[in-house]
Amino acid sequence: MHQKTIRELQQGLQDKAFSSVELTRHYLERMQKLDSELNSYISQCDSIALAQAEEADKQLAEGNNHPLCGIPIAHKDIFCTDGVRTSCGSKMLDNFIAPYNATIVEQLKAAGAVMLGKTNMDEFAMGSSNETSFYGPVKNPWDLERVPGGSSGGSAAAVAAQLAVAATASDTGGSIRQPASLCGITGFKPTYGVASRYGMIAFASSLDQAGPLTRTAEDAALMMNAMAGFDEKDSTSMQSPCKDFTADLEKPLKGLRIGLPKEFFTDALDSDIAALIDNAIKELEKAGATFKEVSLPHSDLSVAAYYVIAPAEASANLSRFDGVRYGYRCKNPQDLLDMYMRSRGEGFGEEVKRRILVGTYALSAGFYDAYYNQAQKIRRLIKNDFVDAFNAVDVILGPTAPATAFRFGEKSDDPVQMYLQDIYTIAVNLAGLPAISVPCGFSNDLPVGLQLIGPAFADARVLNVAHQYQLLTDWHQQTAGFAAKEV
Amino acid sequence: MSISRDDVVQVAHLARINIDDNDIPAITDRLNQILGLVDTMQQQDTADVEPLGNPHDACQRLRADTVTACDEREKLMANAPLAEDGLFLVPRVIE
Repeated sequence: MHQKTIRELQQGLQDKAFSSVELTRHYLERMQKLDSELNSYISQCDSIALAQAEEADKQLAEGNNHPLCGIPIAHKDIFCTDGVRTSCGSKMLDNFIAPYNATIVEQLKAAGAVMLGKTNMDEFAMGSSNETSFYGPVKNPWDLERVPGGSSGGSAAAVAAQLAVAATASDTGGSIRQPASLCGITGFKPTYGVASRYGMIAFASSLDQAGPLTRTAEDAALMMNAMAGFDEKDSTSMQSPCKDFTADLEKPLKGLRIGLPKEFFTDALDSDIAALIDNAIKELEKAGATFKEVSLPHSDLSVAAYYVIAPAEASANLSRFDGVRYGYRCKNPQDLLDMYMRSRGEGFGEEVKRRILVGTYALSAGFYDAYYNQAQKIRRLIKNDFVDAFNAVDVILGPTAPATAFRFGEKSDDPVQMYLQDIYTIAVNLAGLPAISVPCGFSNDLPVGLQLIGPAFADARVLNVAHQYQLLTDWHQQTAGFAAKEV
Repeated sequence: MSISRDDVVQVAHLARINIDDNDIPAITDRLNQILGLVDTMQQQDTADVEPLGNPHDACQRLRADTVTACDEREKLMANAPLAEDGLFLVPRVIE
């Protein structure tokens, strides 16, 4: 059963080939037996999952044919789940029991999806390798000596290892797309504002966006139909014109104009990855798409601008962790200041502290203009580059990540090397655009991802192109050796 | 721009993060590495550019200031490190 996609599992449930309880038990058993090696989950939620599966079976019997009814999924541990520990991968929240559900958790529950557990992640979503998690690193199912990417590495590894058919994730600078690329699965970041941020623990509020990690673009569209929607409780939620993310999936590619940013295709791009992207271009060309060079002249400044804006917003967002109302409190505080200083000093990990310090520095008196204001101005230039490019093309195509999965420890001592993992993904967050990573081949037996980027609110178009590409190719059907393990 | 050891101590105080004296040199080095990356944006002329805060140039939505029913006091306080009689307890502030 675990080899199937959401679409196939839905068919099985509707045909009564298996029940949601049987399906859920099967996944829980796989998690129990296999995840100790992978560490993709922080919490396994057996009793909640089985109760939800029983309820789904009742609904299925009554004729509920929602595509997610009875489907077992995982939630990234950044999403608040009522009554369940929500740690955000941090010692700070190791004992935090969320008192409510995030909107997307509530919406997926209402659709009948079953929650298997909460997945591991880089602490507070700050990382590109999952090595910053308080709960230890997640391993890549394609090679257990390598990272799964991050920050949604647990969600990506769980889907790639078939310990969940889909998982929720979040993307601030590439945290859905980069792990999707490194784990050989599909990862979709919607337009900023399309999925509610309510109950998603905030990292950088003007960049954070929730999205799904799945086996196929079609499954991503099915997940999006439940995850998207205007939410009064999120002050930056947007009314998306897109009501059905599956609506355009079958649209033919004939006449589609695809842009290739010349800044992405330089000598700096790994030659294996460049060759695989070139093959993808040829496939799409055969299907009737046309290609054109475009320019994103300010893209080389995106990592710099991001590493001011994201830490600045994080330093403000993470000020709520003060040891007073929830979260970690140090032992025997001498006074209030000592309690703040030591609770935060002991509760946060190295990378989180580093980013809070960078952000605090960038926002401090005398530096605001040189850093924060300058970064926000560059953010507009980057957004305008995309607006100009989309005058001439419908979608933009390029690599997702500059490299395949790397070894543990290879980049963890050098924050700048780690940050450069996101050179192709970060500009998309700064501009608030929808983008997807889909598997497009292998380099030295490790998966490589292809990124498709669309104009704001063209989410359905991006999913359409990705789905059509997956009809033409079978890279997304290749699975990690680990997934073949039986329990 | 580069950041000195004293700057790091000052910023850590502003951020209310205790750092061990022994870790300050390594943290200073790392922050300077990051600021080196960030400083590449200083070369860009942005004199006539408006800053962009929200990617859609959207403003924060306002809502009517009305009372809504949300009584989850016990649930919310269950996560408190130290609480008594519905109050959060902290070290003595006023002598």
